[in-house]
Amino acid sequence: MKSNKLDQVLLVIAIFAVWQLLYVAAGPNVISSPARTLTRALELLQTSNFWVNAASTGIAFGTASVLSIAGGVVVGLWLGLRQFAGDVADPILGALYSLPKITLYPIILLIFGLGLSAKVAFGAIHGFFPIAIFTMGAVRNVAPVYYRTARVMRLPPTVTLATIMVPAALPEILAGVRIGLALTLLGTLIGELFASTSGLGFALIRATDIHAVPDITAITFLIFLFAASVNSFLHAIERRTLHNA
Amino acid sequence: MHSTCGHISIRDVTKVFDGHKGHPAIHALGPVSLDIARGEFFSVVGPSGCGKSTLLEVLSGLGKATAGTIEIDGTPVAGAVPDGIGAVFQQDASFFWLNVWDNVAFGLRRLGMESAEVAHRVDNALAFMGLGGFAKAYPAQLSGGMRQRVCIARTLVLEPRVLLLDEPFGALDQQTRLLMGDELLRLWRETGATVILITHALDEAAMLSDRVGVMSARPGRFIDVVTTDWPATRDSRVVSDGRFGSITSRLWATLREESLRAIGTS
Repeated sequence: MKSNKLDQVLLVIAIFAVWQLLYVAAGPNVISSPARTLTRALELLQTSNFWVNAASTGIAFGTASVLSIAGGVVVGLWLGLRQFAGDVADPILGALYSLPKITLYPIILLIFGLGLSAKVAFGAIHGFFPIAIFTMGAVRNVAPVYYRTARVMRLPPTVTLATIMVPAALPEILAGVRIGLALTLLGTLIGELFASTSGLGFALIRATDIHAVPDITAITFLIFLFAASVNSFLHAIERRTLHNA
Repeated sequence: MHSTCGHISIRDVTKVFDGHKGHPAIHALGPVSLDIARGEFFSVVGPSGCGKSTLLEVLSGLGKATAGTIEIDGTPVAGAVPDGIGAVFQQDASFFWLNVWDNVAFGLRRLGMESAEVAHRVDNALAFMGLGGFAKAYPAQLSGGMRQRVCIARTLVLEPRVLLLDEPFGALDQQTRLLMGDELLRLWRETGATVILITHALDEAAMLSDRVGVMSARPGRFIDVVTTDWPATRDSRVVSDGRFGSITSRLWATLREESLRAIGTS
């Protein structure tokens, strides 16, 4: 555990070192130095404008996350429990997952218009497929001996699902949720970058328009911090469900 | 010692798995007829793939026999698991998301038993299986042998009339297996349950059982049933009894011939 913490500290130091080198090599017209970025980030955190944009992204990301988790888990469970439906859906889901969803954005904009619902829809379709695929796989991977145990105990199907199938599949489902939410954030931000009137992605593109390099770097840094926190939070939950201390 | 009208009665049971997608149908088992007395410890040995596990499958009601009848205490078993059956399998079936205590309490809670009674039974079973100090541990923190004990304890608390064991110690090392055998005998004596054990280990079968049924190569039929006449108070030390050798020799002689036939060298 201790060396694990040390590794993390070393990794952070390494990232800052590479960043500083990049700054020295490329210059302030391309990227801000770590020190300048941290100062600018702290300044941004004190402006109301930043928080309006952060809230806008947060609401879009939160809503898209709920939709992609709910949809992905329900569809994944259903497909995982039904052999035939799963066999049919598996390659289709795989193809849709690997489809560059950016190509769908014009259509989504035409359906939803510029605003919250387009961002939410775009974020949700990014997260839905990996979560559905992971959940389906998780259910199919549950050890057959668990089914046999449930049947010998004469448990009704709903009880088997709730007390054995779902807990047995949970670590893998959570791995899917973790990857799904990373992509949901990506989708939400892409939505904001391309066509939007608020949000951190929008703020980023505005800063790019006026070539405010410290702002670009600081916003990117803050988004990175947020994404990394969400990821490690989900990773911690996932590890807890495995119970192998 | 054993009444002819058994507590478990197996009559002309066969199992044929239907062929599909160009594969021929497989006649896995039978016809098999057998009576097992209440409280008997009966083991089944046989060459690999002879249908031992299939027998357990139809006996437990997890699978349905193609022909023939199985009755437990006069009630037919026909593709549905009857009440009072407990089963432990070779694969680890401990629930990794529950600690040892909750694993053992699992079945009792599903029955809606009140918590004081659940606690009483679980604590007893944990103490009995030597798991008392591991109540809060999770399966991932335990050895394979300990996890199998958890599965046995989880089955034991449900007080089954019939305990079906499908090579439960198959994945364990020899020493652990002998010790688990002692535990199993103790459990069997204490609970009075009828035990049917599927195993590939002849010494295990010879040491634990009242009777050992030897199965033929597929389709599995009983070609010999050996009565051991061990006292009910036996333990793993019977392996040094002179008769132990003659029992395993007889089992092996029958099985060797059958196994050679199964792999086609005789």
